[in-house]
Amino acid sequence: MSKNNLSKSKLHGLWALTNRELKKWYKTPVVFFLTLIQPIIWLGLLGNALNLGSLVGSSSFSFSPELISQLQLTPAQITGLQNFFSNIGDTILQGTFGTTSYISFMAVGMIAFTALFTTMFSGMSVVWDRRLGFLNKVLSTPVSRAVIILSKVLSATLRSMFQASIILLIAVPLGFQFGDAFTPINILGVFAFLFLTCMGLSSLFIAINIRSTRMETPMAVMNLLNLPLTFASSAFFPIDQMPGWLQAVAKVNPLSYTMNGMRQLLINPIIDYSQLALQYAYVGIFAAILTTIGIVLSWRFLNK
Amino acid sequence: MTEENTIRAKDLTKVFNGSLVAVDHINFSVKQGEIFGFLGPNGAGKTTTINMLITVLKPTEGKASILGYDIVKQQNNVRYSIGVVPQEYTADEDLTGVENVLLCADLYGIPRSVSRKRSADLLELVELTKFKDKKVQTYSGGMRRRLELACGLINRPKVLFLDEPTLGLDVQTRAATWNYIKTLKKEFGMTLFMTTHYLEEADALCDRIAIIDHGKIIVVGSPGDLKESLGGDIITLSIEKNTDITELVKKINHVKDVRKEDGMYIIKSENGEVTAPLIIEALRKKGYVVTKLSLTKPTLNEVYLQYTGRSMRDAEESRETFFAQRATMRRARGH
Repeated sequence: MSKNNLSKSKLHGLWALTNRELKKWYKTPVVFFLTLIQPIIWLGLLGNALNLGSLVGSSSFSFSPELISQLQLTPAQITGLQNFFSNIGDTILQGTFGTTSYISFMAVGMIAFTALFTTMFSGMSVVWDRRLGFLNKVLSTPVSRAVIILSKVLSATLRSMFQASIILLIAVPLGFQFGDAFTPINILGVFAFLFLTCMGLSSLFIAINIRSTRMETPMAVMNLLNLPLTFASSAFFPIDQMPGWLQAVAKVNPLSYTMNGMRQLLINPIIDYSQLALQYAYVGIFAAILTTIGIVLSWRFLNK
Repeated sequence: MTEENTIRAKDLTKVFNGSLVAVDHINFSVKQGEIFGFLGPNGAGKTTTINMLITVLKPTEGKASILGYDIVKQQNNVRYSIGVVPQEYTADEDLTGVENVLLCADLYGIPRSVSRKRSADLLELVELTKFKDKKVQTYSGGMRRRLELACGLINRPKVLFLDEPTLGLDVQTRAATWNYIKTLKKEFGMTLFMTTHYLEEADALCDRIAIIDHGKIIVVGSPGDLKESLGGDIITLSIEKNTDITELVKKINHVKDVRKEDGMYIIKSENGEVTAPLIIEALRKKGYVVTKLSLTKPTLNEVYLQYTGRSMRDAEESRETFFAQRATMRRARGH
């Protein structure tokens, strides 16, 4: 009876388990709506409140008539000077953030940030699956142990990609400016970055969480990891503007590489391909190592 | 495959964290087509045994096989042959009934073309067709239990494991669930392995039971045989005077044993209905007046008392203590 059953693909059940996670999200209107609302709040509120660009960039600059008569400037000189002063802000922004629009800079940070949160919560859902007995039930079926873990990773990754697209769509009316080097193909590159990052992060969080039976422990661990991963990265501010010790942390933070890579693809005026290759390599190696560790650790736990 | 015993366990042992012995060298076998029950209080090792048999936990020592497949070496063969109805409600609250059953089907790699029809049939069988497109969060306890049954049967298992199938259900729903289980067994001709801490449940459903306590099997037998082994009915009586009549009663026909407990005489006897009048008559002749008399047919509780030295009901505590205990056990065994 089991002969033809046993010849089933090793990956059977992967899509079923992944889709279970996704359904919990898109079939629950409130949760789905909140995932859409969240980036709007992030960008609309935080993007404007933290709009560093407004501090240095003034879009128009004009001399008072008294000053003009005192300095006895010709109209051509006035225009020249006015342009010079008007552009100072933009020049500073361009130099610091690689774009003249801070909200664009931050939006990319938000994309990576959302990926971090989505993978964290997906990791925590393992604890629920254990507590509610679902994990045990799945373990008694012929689904491969690796598939159980991969399905969590995959669902978090797919969700993050969807949310990234939403953030971009929302950011455009809010003032997001694509860089000169942007072509629609680059979106695929962004997805590749997200895919690798989410694979790595989500494997890490699942390996951490699969051993706990209570929600409190993972919460504490997540909170501990959350802040350094977010703020010691280029989410809000470029790394080279940070104090030295923070730079040291931010430079090994894989999220920085994801964000900088995505910025190159989306908002920078020119793409430095050697940098981009380095960024892909770094994020790729991070993903490979963490996914391996995560799957091995979880596998061991599930096979005890 | 022509294994006479569907389930066999030899010295099956599970030790958690190197010291907590949850299951201690148990030996038993389950025949093809029977309902075999593990009866014991919470924390006796019932769920741990099931978890080993369904390949969720690895035994520390000993062996077990299902349909001849080793539970450690041939895990996948075991997994394809069994169905599991866990004690928890594992169906996903956010999904509908039918989505949950189809999810289970996918876990066995059953193609949609087959599983669609099969899930519809199973939902019909457990009378959930009307609610199949409702989210599980709207289901009652009894409905959820039935949904778990449907999920457990989706792969047409040869052996079905039921862990505390009526835990937390009210009396009526419990009786209804028993009927479903009986119907399912008849319909599919499966071998059933179940655990319970309800004596009535073991009595109503099981062909044979194993009483398990502190991780050890104390006795195995059919409920009838076990009750019989107690030596018949129990007559409890008290008399007016405070004299010991033990020896006197012992001489009466059919009486097997007499004990005095809290001023009451507990008399074991075959054919209690016949013996009771004889006892009253004999005592009256000697001038003793019987003030109270009751006759009980032995229940599994008496069996339990006999073999474990304590009443099953004493071993049972409040629901809160029970859940606290279960949480503790689970933490201890990391599950």
